[in-house]
Amino acid sequence: MTFDMYREIILDHYKNPRNFGKIKNANAQANKKNPLCGDEMTMDIKLSKAGKIEDIKFHGAGCSVSRAGGSILTEAIKGMSLAQMKKYTDKDFLKEMQAPITPARRKCALLALETVRAALKIKMK
Amino acid sequence: MSNLGEQIKTMKKITTAIKKDFPIFKNNKGLVFLDSGASTQKPKVVIDAVKEVYEKHYANVHRGIYKLSEQSSELYEQTREKVAKFINASSEKQIIFTKNTTESINLLAFTWGMDNIKKGDIILVTEMEHHANLLPWRELAKRKKAIIKYVPVKKNGRLDLNKLDSLLSSKVKLLAIAHMSNVLGTINPVKKIIAKAHKKKIKVMVDGAQAVPHFPVDLQDLDADFYAFSPHKMLAPSGVGILYAKEEILESMNPFLVGGGMIANVTHQDAEWNEIPFKFEAGTPNIEGVIGFGAAIDYLSSVGMKNIFKHEQKITKIALRELSKVEGLKIMGPSDNKDRGAVFSFVLNGVHPHDMATMLDEQNIAIRAGHHCAQPLHQSLGIEATTRASFYLYNTEEDIYKLVRALKKVKKIFK
Repeated sequence: MTFDMYREIILDHYKNPRNFGKIKNANAQANKKNPLCGDEMTMDIKLSKAGKIEDIKFHGAGCSVSRAGGSILTEAIKGMSLAQMKKYTDKDFLKEMQAPITPARRKCALLALETVRAALKIKMK
Repeated sequence: MSNLGEQIKTMKKITTAIKKDFPIFKNNKGLVFLDSGASTQKPKVVIDAVKEVYEKHYANVHRGIYKLSEQSSELYEQTREKVAKFINASSEKQIIFTKNTTESINLLAFTWGMDNIKKGDIILVTEMEHHANLLPWRELAKRKKAIIKYVPVKKNGRLDLNKLDSLLSSKVKLLAIAHMSNVLGTINPVKKIIAKAHKKKIKVMVDGAQAVPHFPVDLQDLDADFYAFSPHKMLAPSGVGILYAKEEILESMNPFLVGGGMIANVTHQDAEWNEIPFKFEAGTPNIEGVIGFGAAIDYLSSVGMKNIFKHEQKITKIALRELSKVEGLKIMGPSDNKDRGAVFSFVLNGVHPHDMATMLDEQNIAIRAGHHCAQPLHQSLGIEATTRASFYLYNTEEDIYKLVRALKKVKKIFK
């Protein structure tokens, strides 16, 4: 029996999520839910005047994949510019997660990215 | 197969014999299927019945003047008679074929509801309703400026019947209630509740989606005004639903969908509706699905609904005992098997239901995770989501032990 999806990386980020919490003076924020399972996430982002992600934190309740997603994503995109985020695809992020996410769980993984996009008002084609 | 019921001596035999009737278990070795509350697997007799319609008798129903259409129509109408007998309706005219329970209840809300619910009227619903028996009434209330009130669920997973009594006022026009909760497994005392409601001239809509598949339901005895259920949760193909209603109410109701098949006469200006139940069945129906449902009823009848319930009662007893031994696991709903079906929604400390479902799937156990289309109930319980194991006649005692062993493995990984 293998639990490929639950590689150490996911479980580590689930148990010790990075950037978990709130930002007081955030200037971009969004909350999203996954209606299928009730996972819920809020992203607080502090954007610089030049449009760079200076700080990002997330909070909410969810499964290991969505929480690990929030943790891994916030680590990966801190310091990125809005222009870079506009080009940051689902595929880029899933690669970053370094675990084979099963189709049934993609929505959990992508919740973090969807929430960031909502906060930054980014619409992907 | 007709004397299968008699052949069954012990419950162990019930399931060994029965599992063999379902090709899915032959083609998925070792599968532990615990999501029958959502939809059940199909026995070969049902699959064959559908195949046979297509290969031997298929044509549109109630339209053709030729032999095939007559055969299809006859098989289709035979199922209606079987359904009426199965739930002891007084006439097959009371059986309306829809798409699913959700459509059955929407039909009712948009016809009877639109014509009978007025501004300021109260619609009572219970806190344990599936969205299907909740949202159509909420939507109706919004349009009619009517009021929705909830009958609360107690901590032990039972309805607060005292509170229900105090809510049954003359302003209440309808009570919408689940016969059995799809989350808690609670079997509500609907017969008593209906009698009380009728004393106040309140109509009662019963959602029987989790009841009719699992134990004998007698609608003349219950005296429900409206009753709905889903054949796909009782071995039949998906895409067929049932709405039952009292004949005099059906006669007074306007049609829901209008178009082909439901008319007596149409002119350039006017239309005269067909008689019941056809008035409510516009368009070509799910012919093979309905005929397949007939085969499913035959199969269930041959096993016997009492035997099925007895089997599930035994499953419930063992499952409650074994699951409660798992440390950190909490089962929602009644902790005793009296008036309780074999549906177990639970939470396990530190493991999100979604992770649970994925990890159980890795161990060949199919289980549901989420809010099971009952979000307000989960809010009342103070949890976001649960993992749900729901059993049926093909599940064995061994399935429970496999589940418990698998849960222990999941716990280890998340420790």
